[in-house]
Amino acid sequence: MADMGESGGGHEGKGKKRAKKSSTRIDMTPMVDLGFLLLTFFVMTSTFSKPKVMSLVYPAKIEDPTPPDQPKINNAITFLLSEDKIYYYAGQYYSKGNKEGKPATELEETTFGPNGLRKLLADRNAYVIRKKEGLDEKLKKKQIQDTTYERTLIDYKKHKEALKVLVKTDDKATCKNFIDLIDELKIAQIGVIAPVDLLASELELIKAKK
Amino acid sequence: MPKIKIPKHSPSIDMTPMVDLAFLLVTFFMLTASFRSNEPVDVEPPSSISDKIIPENVLLVTIDKGGRVFMNLKEAEARRELLQNMSAKYKIGFSEKQYETFAGMSSFGCTMKELPGYIDMGAEERKKYETKGIPSDSTNNQLKDWIFYGNIASLNSGKTAYEEAKAKGDKPEINDFKPKFILKVDGQAVYVHAQNVINVFRDLHLNNLNFVTSAEATPK
Repeated sequence: MADMGESGGGHEGKGKKRAKKSSTRIDMTPMVDLGFLLLTFFVMTSTFSKPKVMSLVYPAKIEDPTPPDQPKINNAITFLLSEDKIYYYAGQYYSKGNKEGKPATELEETTFGPNGLRKLLADRNAYVIRKKEGLDEKLKKKQIQDTTYERTLIDYKKHKEALKVLVKTDDKATCKNFIDLIDELKIAQIGVIAPVDLLASELELIKAKK
Repeated sequence: MPKIKIPKHSPSIDMTPMVDLAFLLVTFFMLTASFRSNEPVDVEPPSSISDKIIPENVLLVTIDKGGRVFMNLKEAEARRELLQNMSAKYKIGFSEKQYETFAGMSSFGCTMKELPGYIDMGAEERKKYETKGIPSDSTNNQLKDWIFYGNIASLNSGKTAYEEAKAKGDKPEINDFKPKFILKVDGQAVYVHAQNVINVFRDLHLNNLNFVTSAEATPK
């Protein structure tokens, strides 16, 4: 039983006083029961953290039946996602025996770990990361405003020395792979992310790599 | 022989601290709780470092492990308008009671034909209901209509909310009231399923999408 107040030790001999004392005791068991019932209910039904969202802007669809040529972007890297695997190539895509006479594109493999993808992106996007550090410093010292900070950062991300990323997925890649990759890109402060369709020849390359 | 007097301790324990603790926790959970809505599918989103919380006035599309598509609009008023438009487009009538239920429902995923029956079910029944989700293939793209009318309905309800906030004397930001498009995908789902839905959004010129993710610590 739950008791409130001390159970008197010394005066047990005197009957009258004892009767008075016991009246101050409240049986707390039902209250405890109720308390824990409510506790269990709230623990079970509450969601701890509100889910977060990650925004991603997709390129607008071009309503043009003829597919455009490969976009010419400087300083780009293309990631190809397959079943828990990630391949990439830098620069433009060259198929075998292309007209320009460039060597055919070869895929390289990397991993989702901190030594793979994160290091790769940090190296390639060193320009933006360095600039951001400078900006962070300035913001800390309150030399610039929040809004200026954000605007300048966006400008840096669009700079021609900043890395641009194209993301292509094959039919086996999971959403987790995709989100993980986008997440890494956001960590590496990459501003231009374009999820685009996979070319048939690129699919061949992935298959050859496996 | 003298009797050995054993002090008679009552077997009871003082429960006061325990009660204190229990009620403290109850209070904490009561104040912090945001209730989990009763979704017809359980989806485990992947994690990311993003710290943007889910905005207001959202159009949520859920894609489960098997690629089934579900849709949800948060605003009750917008849901009613959406169903009215869809009902006119597909020439399926709904009773006033069905409108009422639909406005208070969470995510739904079924064809237009199944919808009246789907609305009449209880929440538990809906969970068990074997559905293929909202059809989104090119021959029968109902998802496109849902998103199209959903967008219009949320725009309208957002506008009303904006006007109300303005009348109150606040200085609301119009962008906060515009509908946001959110994709909730299961981490195990194949990306192609998500891509189909994304293409539907892109066909409607809605290119700014958000993915629901669970929070993750930012690496230093």
